[in-house]
Amino acid sequence: MTSLSPPGRTKAYQRPGDRIFSATATGAGITILVVLAGVAGFLLYEALPALRASPEDLPGGKNLAAYILPLAFGTLLSAMVALAIATPLAVGIALFISHYAPRKLAQGLGYVVDLLAAVPSIIFGLWGLAVLAPRSAELSVWLADNLGFIPFFAGPASATGRTMLTISLVLAVMILPIITAVSREVFLQTPRLHEEAALALGATRWEMIRVSVLPFGKSGVISAAMLGLGRALGETMAVAIILSPSGGVTFNLIGQGNPSTIAANIALQFPESSGVAVNTLIASGLALFLVTLLVNMVARYIVSRRSEFSGAN
Amino acid sequence: MTTATPQRESTSGLAEMPLVRGNLPNWAPWATLVGAALVGVAASMGLGLHIALAILLAMLVHSVAIYAWSRAVEGGRRATDRLVTTIVTSAFLLALVPLISVVVTVLQKGLVRFDSEFFTFSMRGIVGEGGGAYHAIIGTLIVTGLAAAISIPIGLMSAVYLVEYGRGRLAKAVTFFVDVMTGIPSIVAGLFAYALFVLFFGPGVRMGLAGAVALSVLMVPVVVRSTEEMLKLVPNELREASYALGIPKWRTVVKIVLPTAVAGIASGVTLAIARVIGETAPLLIVAGTTTALNLNPFEDSRMATLPVFSYYSYALPGVPREPYLDRAWAAALTLILIVMALNLAGRIIARLFAPRVR
Repeated sequence: MTSLSPPGRTKAYQRPGDRIFSATATGAGITILVVLAGVAGFLLYEALPALRASPEDLPGGKNLAAYILPLAFGTLLSAMVALAIATPLAVGIALFISHYAPRKLAQGLGYVVDLLAAVPSIIFGLWGLAVLAPRSAELSVWLADNLGFIPFFAGPASATGRTMLTISLVLAVMILPIITAVSREVFLQTPRLHEEAALALGATRWEMIRVSVLPFGKSGVISAAMLGLGRALGETMAVAIILSPSGGVTFNLIGQGNPSTIAANIALQFPESSGVAVNTLIASGLALFLVTLLVNMVARYIVSRRSEFSGAN
Repeated sequence: MTTATPQRESTSGLAEMPLVRGNLPNWAPWATLVGAALVGVAASMGLGLHIALAILLAMLVHSVAIYAWSRAVEGGRRATDRLVTTIVTSAFLLALVPLISVVVTVLQKGLVRFDSEFFTFSMRGIVGEGGGAYHAIIGTLIVTGLAAAISIPIGLMSAVYLVEYGRGRLAKAVTFFVDVMTGIPSIVAGLFAYALFVLFFGPGVRMGLAGAVALSVLMVPVVVRSTEEMLKLVPNELREASYALGIPKWRTVVKIVLPTAVAGIASGVTLAIARVIGETAPLLIVAGTTTALNLNPFEDSRMATLPVFSYYSYALPGVPREPYLDRAWAAALTLILIVMALNLAGRIIARLFAPRVR
């Protein structure tokens, strides 16, 4: 440079290679947004015929809401029960890995739990039907006999075990890894000084966790649970294989009149469907997409807010 | 807090107050555990209790024993601490039960038909015994390979954008929606691919490429996420040293940043492939199934894949059922082996070639 540059920033010289490369990179980033918009757009476009069709053309012969709502009920019920089972367990596992297990083993144990996430859902389906369903049938009989006054266990118990209870258990196993992984990360972010301060005041390990780790990780656990909820809502194959749906709308988890779920219903009906039935299934898929999108967005929003102010600690 | 602090009656009593608390010996939890295990064994042998219930009983006995013993010797706070330790540890052990059960079940049932015929024959013209999943394995390789070919460039470049170029609202939006995209249900990805391809090929379209597009929707966010993490680990000094030598930014990224992070990226990509290779639902919708080998993913014709093959063998078996179920489990075993091998490979790559970063 021969002369002093003027005050303020000077722009770096951009070579053609730079322009092309940064444009490609930006383009790839935009592609992701376009694809996400495309998912919503194409689903909406293909769902339109079902929205416009007259009720008697639709499967079931009633209007679209009457077709989707029982499925949505089954989806929510199974996901909620799975969440209720998985969340406390996952928090325990996350605490075990982050604060209880020996340091050297902790990472390896984390991998072991992650392996659960690697098992394809179809295998959970086959396993659930072959191994878990018979066991759960025995359990259902006991539950119906002894806890029948609770609406969830009203009975009469199904003999096959292909019930909401079984799929809730399988879903709980399937969402365990994601809830564990996110909670574990948040627990590990607890400021070291908070923990040491608690221990220095004579707290036992559990008291230290209760006063420093859990308050710090609370919102992280909530968002982890919501991510798990998103997974449970959209899980398809395990439910499609295990559940024997009959389209009922009931809170009874162990009976035979099980509601189906949106995702499983699509998987079971789609291959044999044609015409407006396909559009109806796509409309139900759109509903599922919007619900999971909402759940995930809220969860991610909580996580991202967390990471912003946890860095300041 | 219910603390059992020693009573302070008078100042003179202070002198007798012990400064050291009672402590359980180190072997105490193990002792109660062994005792509880014996109770469990006795209950299952003597009373014919179900094995799961016996284990549950043993855990309960152990928890109560260690709590009571610790409360008597060490006081309430330490007792609660020990109780929580027991609960947390058993939560972890409980999570291992399904994992082990799945692996054992799949091995047991899958090994029946895990033979060379299974890997070298398709199902063309097969009724009942015999046949294999050759066509499905090839189909899975084609569809997953195509999905990887679509996802890796997009994912890699998006991560480069986010780490090296991304500023402002667009970058924030991309980061946020990549996270959101990881939660898209796989069946919705399948419906999206169907809705897209139906515009070009008409209703009832089934093709390998559509399956690959559906898998890409699931795979891209995973690739972006892991690559982004890895690129962030590359020390800024390396970039600055490169700029100082007058090297353009794009060459710095291609020649310095990416090679430094290549192990982590390879590991992330391997894990992403492992995630989508077992996906069933989207392929069930857009790739369909067939009994014969189909090598062309670009025409409107059904293409069998391993998970879908397993699903149909199980859900719609022919007569007699047994050979179909055996094939379903053998396919499941093959699938789980592939997924576990990919996971292991991913971890090993990351471990062996990890860049030395402070």
